[in-house]
Amino acid sequence: MARPRLILGLSAYYHDSAAALLADGEIVAAAQEERFTRKKHDARFPENAVRYCLSEVGAGLSDVDFVAFYDKPFIKFERLLETYLSYAPRGFASFAKAIPIWLREKLFLKDLLIRELKRDAPGFDWAERLRFSEHHLSHAASAFFPSPFERAAILTMDGVGEWATTSLAVGSGNRIDMQREIHFPHSIGLLYSAFTYYTGFKVNSGEYKVMGLAPYGEPRYARTILDHLVDIKPDGSFRLDQRYFNYCAGLTMTSERFHQLFGGPPRREDEPLTQRHMDLAASIQAVTEQMVLGLARAVARETGERNLCLAGGVALNCVANGKLVRDGCFERIWIQPAAGDAGGALGAALAIHHLQDEGPRQVAQGDSMRGSYLGPQFAQAEIEARLTAFGARFRVLTDDELYAAASADLAQGKALGWFQGRMEFGPRALGGRSILGDPRSASMQSVLNLKVKFRESFRPFAPSVLREAVADWFELGGDSPYMLLVADVVARRRIPMTQAQSALFGIDKLNVSRSDIPAVTHIDYSARIQTVHAETNPRYHALISAFAARTGCPVLVNTSFNVRGEPIVCTPEDAFRCFMGTGIESLVVGNCYLEKAAQDPSLQRNYESAFELD
Amino acid sequence: MSFVRELWRFIVARKKFWLIPVMLVMALLGSLIVLAEGSAVAPFIYTLF
Repeated sequence: MARPRLILGLSAYYHDSAAALLADGEIVAAAQEERFTRKKHDARFPENAVRYCLSEVGAGLSDVDFVAFYDKPFIKFERLLETYLSYAPRGFASFAKAIPIWLREKLFLKDLLIRELKRDAPGFDWAERLRFSEHHLSHAASAFFPSPFERAAILTMDGVGEWATTSLAVGSGNRIDMQREIHFPHSIGLLYSAFTYYTGFKVNSGEYKVMGLAPYGEPRYARTILDHLVDIKPDGSFRLDQRYFNYCAGLTMTSERFHQLFGGPPRREDEPLTQRHMDLAASIQAVTEQMVLGLARAVARETGERNLCLAGGVALNCVANGKLVRDGCFERIWIQPAAGDAGGALGAALAIHHLQDEGPRQVAQGDSMRGSYLGPQFAQAEIEARLTAFGARFRVLTDDELYAAASADLAQGKALGWFQGRMEFGPRALGGRSILGDPRSASMQSVLNLKVKFRESFRPFAPSVLREAVADWFELGGDSPYMLLVADVVARRRIPMTQAQSALFGIDKLNVSRSDIPAVTHIDYSARIQTVHAETNPRYHALISAFAARTGCPVLVNTSFNVRGEPIVCTPEDAFRCFMGTGIESLVVGNCYLEKAAQDPSLQRNYESAFELD
Repeated sequence: MSFVRELWRFIVARKKFWLIPVMLVMALLGSLIVLAEGSAVAPFIYTLF
């Protein structure tokens, strides 16, 4: 049998390095390096992820036909130089910090990559086999080629790639035609990050927190943002008034003029969150939604396409995505589950396969992402050996016994670690590496946040619901397999607020039950939904079905299997460590069932301070 | 040498000849900064760099 044509995609050296592998154009494996090194957002060369991807097809690096890198460093350097030049002499401090890294490493990225690749395959002419794809083309390829559409409009939005921050394209068959781009410094991602910074969260990881905080506030600054910071044009494009920002020339996101406009300096990390911060979060969320909708409507008008594909970090804003679906400017929307830079590795490989090699494209039913379960898995015998070596005490159950025991624990309000099959690719846990809970419990949100995840009490949790039952519980008719759409709980399951509850301010409303499934219902009745499909994750589907048979509720709380600041678990050992360091009460790994009470207490550890906070 | 060749190809493809003196000055200035400091600290807003 002929050896398959292998294309390895890489993203690295900025944040979230990752590898993805295509075999004859089919996506066979993808993983983020952080999962192996246990360092969140690890940006180093993804040597472990590369090794893992190749092991899926029994190949070595010397069997790879092409390696594709997800952006073009020279063009990025050009942007850097031109930006510094246009702001000079301002920006010297930023220049002095950035230039050494470029002169030592990033400018010589091709040599650096070749050096890394030669370590495992020294005899190859990697200069010939190494290809580069533009950042937004990588995102566009990751959005369109795995999608279920023969034709679609493509919208990619993020902080910044080389020059582009937003791009509009049309995909058809195995081609992508770039139509227009919006260039740095005008960027939805950077605008959102500016408010992430201003509200006291970390840029590049705290954006989720701003989105989670938004429903507690009122968008009372939205008008100010639109009047001063952003100029939205009729064709959906936009300009940011750079006098309010400092990211072009400084080492902060916002300028003094920004602070004056919004009435004070940025919140320090240790300062308490106030109603003002929640109102700021609500305002930037509202403006972002308006900008995304404006762009999408313009793309629909210009291209006449009925389908839309999304990628780029902004496509992880599931609240905006939900509004886009309900707006109806496109009939169908598909979002790449690894929409951030990790997904660029996959997009770069797909761009080389389809656009450069003109490889044919098979449009799959559903999509070609295999449910995003593209990471490592462990056979039952290996799980038992690894857990035994770690000193874990477990029982091996049949499938039916396992679903019964796990669903009973969940119905009793226990937090359950659920480790099955292949690890997910992308930021969301989708029932492969998840912590689960009972959504009917009013206390589940605070228990999971404070005792299991060690994170802020306001952070919302997302529901997993059987696909066939989604319309009974949420105002969503279609699929949302990757937890990237937000929709409201159906009206008949909502609990209206009393007058006294309505009078509460902001985060005080946190403990008000809003529906029959309060643990996954946000303060505005919204929920970030994952539809669970028997075809892509039969074991998770079977567990939720068992829980539904026991309780009448085909919904579970699903949060990623990690604590704050920790990458999602990858191996059975990672899962056991997290289990022993947190309030998780039972753990299922493959067919092994573990109860906290049965474990050796000496294996418990202080896990809360083991990871740097995000 | 291959780096210089590739950089030249890039400048020709993008028609950015005016960047050459800027690159030289920045490289010189950058080298001084590299020599002056022990280690390069990752910048705060790392997305941009």
